[in-house]
Parts: sequence; structure tokens; C-alpha cells
Amino acid sequence: MARKGEIGRTHGVDPKLARVLVTPEGVALDVAVASAGARIGALFIDLTALFGLFLGFVLSIVLLVEAYRRTGLPGVSDGFTNFLVVLFIIGLFLARNAYFLYFELGDRAATWGKRALRIRVASRDGGRLTADAVIARNLIRDIEMFLPLMFMTSGGIQGTLGNFGAWAGTIWVGVFLLFPLFNRDRLRCGDLIAGTWVVEAPRAALGEVVANGKTTPSMLDRASNLAEDRYRFSDAELAVYGEYELQMLERVLRTAKPDAMVTVAATIATKIGWSAPDGDDQPFLEAYYTQLRARLERGMRFGKRRADKHS
Amino acid sequence: MNAAPASAGEQAVAAAVLRSDRFRLEREGDWVRIEAIITAMEKGRVQRLSDDDVLALPVLYRNLLSSLSIARESSLDAGLIAYLESLTLRAYFLVYGTRTTFGAWCRSFFGGGLSRAVRAIWVDLLIALAFMVVGALVGYALVAADQDWFSRLVPTQFADVRVPGASREALESTLFGEARSDGLEVFAAYLFSNNAQVAILAFALGFALGVPTVLLLIYNMASLGAMLWVFASRGLTLEFVGWLSIHGTTELLAILLAGAAGLHVGRALGFPGARSHMAALSGAGRTAAQVMAGVIVMLICAGLLEGFARQLVQSTTLRYAIGYGVLTAWLLYFFALRPRRS
Repeated sequence: MARKGEIGRTHGVDPKLARVLVTPEGVALDVAVASAGARIGALFIDLTALFGLFLGFVLSIVLLVEAYRRTGLPGVSDGFTNFLVVLFIIGLFLARNAYFLYFELGDRAATWGKRALRIRVASRDGGRLTADAVIARNLIRDIEMFLPLMFMTSGGIQGTLGNFGAWAGTIWVGVFLLFPLFNRDRLRCGDLIAGTWVVEAPRAALGEVVANGKTTPSMLDRASNLAEDRYRFSDAELAVYGEYELQMLERVLRTAKPDAMVTVAATIATKIGWSAPDGDDQPFLEAYYTQLRARLERGMRFGKRRADKHS
Repeated sequence: MNAAPASAGEQAVAAAVLRSDRFRLEREGDWVRIEAIITAMEKGRVQRLSDDDVLALPVLYRNLLSSLSIARESSLDAGLIAYLESLTLRAYFLVYGTRTTFGAWCRSFFGGGLSRAVRAIWVDLLIALAFMVVGALVGYALVAADQDWFSRLVPTQFADVRVPGASREALESTLFGEARSDGLEVFAAYLFSNNAQVAILAFALGFALGVPTVLLLIYNMASLGAMLWVFASRGLTLEFVGWLSIHGTTELLAILLAGAAGLHVGRALGFPGARSHMAALSGAGRTAAQVMAGVIVMLICAGLLEGFARQLVQSTTLRYAIGYGVLTAWLLYFFALRPRRS
């Protein structure tokens, strides 16, 4: 969950990676394209996971063969063993693709690596993410990376890999790996073909209502002799700030750090010509926040918005 | 909803000073409910949701969209808007997520999706076929005219004894020889072999407007044509074609499909029509990728046929029967299989 202090529409998002996605209902939603670092990290985790799965599978086969040998049953023919190895080779190829397809076709549209880095696959045009698109982007991954690597390894083992082949293969893989860095949306070739992109999977917690009229009990106890509405600001006193300052104030109130509140309360009091609310900072700030927001929202309803104190 | 819109909730609404806070408190119950549904779905616990929740999702989603639009225009609570933004995006991803599971996709793909994709690129299939035929004819004609062409058309590691001027016996032994290596080795070698790479490359190079794809198809078929001439010159045409057919029908069809898929992408990029280049590319890419998934299955089949069937079957008649039987099966599967569901 996002920390409660992280507020604001695109707060914390690299403006270069912020995009707008229009849903089929016509509502524009903010999305953030996953950064190249996140993509590489996810790929690395996925490769590690695949390798781990592969090791586990091979190990269990070895154990199975060993157990079979110990039972002393008659050995199997060479032909049959060969057939099993062929199945194994085919299985490896299919399993690699199945891993990506299974996870990206799921509701979260993300492999383990993508989940760990909180990114997911989405359709670029705002429509439905189709199975065809997921197939396309993953099949191209094979062509981008796995197949050339396999050809090179097998060529290397068989001794048929010439200098030219090695260089061509390396350049091939390199070009495709670096491809996302050379376009705005960090698209891999597979994304380009499939019409998909990888975006950050959003998550945010619903914070409490700020300044809900119920100040913390301890404050009330201490200041119980004070009136509920002891802070009333005039229109001129509220007119000094805009939406930006309101949101900063909201963040201060949500994080509720005492020393920050003292500083901010003192700043506001000085600005509007009041004396600092000594020890009663939170009620002061909440009152100011509520009245400022009421004033700005009233303006908003009449189509008047004020971005910050300078406007 | 909010089973108990208890006095507590109403009191909070009444106590809220700001109109936008009242708006929030009135709708909060729906948001919390859709968030619970979304979280359950994201964690793959759809089964645990009640029918009511599943049925309510589209309605809750539309309400959420309206809440977000209202909040953007009337509330300055940044925390609330950030929450609604992210919740709406999550809901959108689920409501417009993939509708299929992996298993269901496999069934629909092999039960008709693949055939539809192949039929959808029929123009490109014809173009690729034309270039392949031309390539084979050119290869044959070039070597027939001047035997020096052979060494240029056929990569050297291929051509052991199979060179122009080789004796009939030497050539025949390559067609009917004892199995020198076992099926596994041949299969494994095949998967990483020239032809599998040609198929993949033919598709991948479609990006470059399809030109390299065409060149690759012509070149590859020219070396086949050259090889055919060598055998034909010793009266072994029938045997050579039989030897080739047993796995070659599947393999050449796979190369044809891959080349056509590459051309399909290249054509979309070069001539996008009324669509944008990106839209045309992704439209063509999705079809082409399905064809390529089929190509990979075909290459695996071709590898099995080459590894096992070719060594075991030594009779030319039987080779023809298997080769063209398999070809017929592929063609029927691609072009005659039309399940009603589209």
C-alpha cells in the first residue's frame, strides 16, 4: 500500500513516463509507463525463476530415474530413452512460453518478476487486453532473445558457430534488448507488434477524511476550555493560498508529524498576521485546511480554479 | 449497499463540514466493496466471491468512474483523488482484462484460431508461395546453365558428396543409407538447424517491409532447386523428392507460413491504409504471431519426422505417402476446418 503521505495525482511519477489512457467509457486515467530499470529487473527475476523451475524439474527427474534404478526393474530401451529426451526438449521450449503466457493471461497480467516490481501488461489503445496480444508479445520475446541465444549455444557446442555467427547473434540480441530505451513508451519489439505496453500497477490506500471535525481527544482534553470554532478565518486570510498549498497542507496533516505541524502553523500564522497557535497547532491547521478547501471548492464549482499562491 | 447504513455513517455524513467530504462519505461504502472484489480477483480468489459481488462489478465500476469524474471536478482532497485514480485503474484492468485462461486459449487456438489466422493472411501466403517457386526454379535453372553456381547457392557444410558430377551410387547412398546417427541427435540438431532458423528469420525480418523475407525465401529455395538439379541430373528426381517430402512438406509449409507472416507484417508497415502505422502494425502482428505459434508447432513436427520417420522409412512409395499424407492433413486443418464459432 502506498504511504498515506504520497498524495497528488501524479506525485512521484517521472513526468517523461506519465501517460493518459482513455477507457472505452471515455474517462481519461493517468498511467505511468514502467521504467526501463523495472523492466530489466522483472526480466531478471523471471529468468531466475525459470532457471529455478528448470533446476527443480531436472532434479526431480534425476531422483525419479535413480529411484527407478534401485527398484531393479528391467531397464528401458535406448529408443525409449531417446524418445523421452525428445519430449524433454520440446517440453522445455513449451514450458518457457507457458510460464509467460499463463501469468500474463491471468487477472494481474504480470509474471512473478513483474508482480515483484509492481508493473503489468496493458493494451495500448485502452481497449481490452486480448489473449492474441499476449501471445504475440511473448512469441516475439522468443525471437528477440531466447532463440538466438539457443542457436548460439548449440552452435558453440557443435563447433559450427563461426565468428560471423557469434557477432551477428550478439548484435541481434543487443539491438532487441536495447530497443525499449529508444522509444518514449519503453516498448519492446513484442509490445510494438502486439499493441501492448507495460505500465505500473497502481495501488493506493484510502486515507481518512482530513480534518473530519473530530480533533484528537488529547488535544481536546488539554484545550477543553476552548471553543469548537475558535479559529475563524476571514476571506482575505484564506485568499493568500491556492490548491498547491492546500495539498501540501493536506500532506502535512496526513503524515501528522508534530514538528512539521508547528513549523507550518507558524508559517501560516505569520503570513496572515496571526500569532502562532502555541501548542494547538493541529486544530489550527485543520480549521485552516477545512476553510481554505471550502473556499477553493466553492470557487471550483463556479469554474474558478487557483493553482497556487502566485496565480 | 452498506448493509448497515447505521447511524454512525449518517452521523459522519452530517458532521462533515465540506460538501466534497459528504460526497465521499456517502459513496465510500461502494468503493470499499469494489476494492475488496478487485483485491480478491487480483489474488486469483474469484471462486470465493459471492455471485452478488461478481454481478455487481460492472455497475460498481461505472459508479466508480462517475465518482472519479465528480471528485476531479469538485474535490480538492488529493489523497482521495489519488485513491480513486488508482482504484479506477485497477478496476479498469480487471473489467477490460483478458477474458480467457491459458487452457481455454489453447483449446480455442488449436480448435480453429490458428486456422483462422492462417486463412486471414492468404494473400501473403500466395505471394510467399510465388517467391518460393520462383526461387526453386531459378536455382535449378542457374545450376543447369552453369555448374559453378552450385557452390554459391548451397552452403558448403551441406554438400558433402552431393555436388554436381557425383556418381549416381554416391547420391543414392545419401538417400537410402543406413541410419548413421540416432533419431534424437538428428532431432536435436534439426531444431537448431538451418531451416528452423530460416523460418524464424523470415518472420522476424518482415519488419524491414518484407524485403529481406522475400530474399531469404528465394535464396533458401534456390539452394533446394540447385540440389534438385544434382539429383535430377543422375535420374534420381523421384527418389530425392521422396526423401525430401517425408519431413519437407511440413517444413516447407512452415517456412511458407513464416514467410507469409513476415510479409503480412511488412505489408502492414509499408501500406497501413487508413490506420496509423502503429495500429496497422499491431493488427497485423497479432495475426502473424498466431501463425508463428503454429509454425513452431509445425517445426517440432518436422523435427520428429526427420529424426525418426525418415530413418525408419526406406521405401520411396511410403515416403511419398507419409509426406503428402501429412501435407494433406495440414492443409485440411488450415483451410477446411471451420468451426461455427468465430
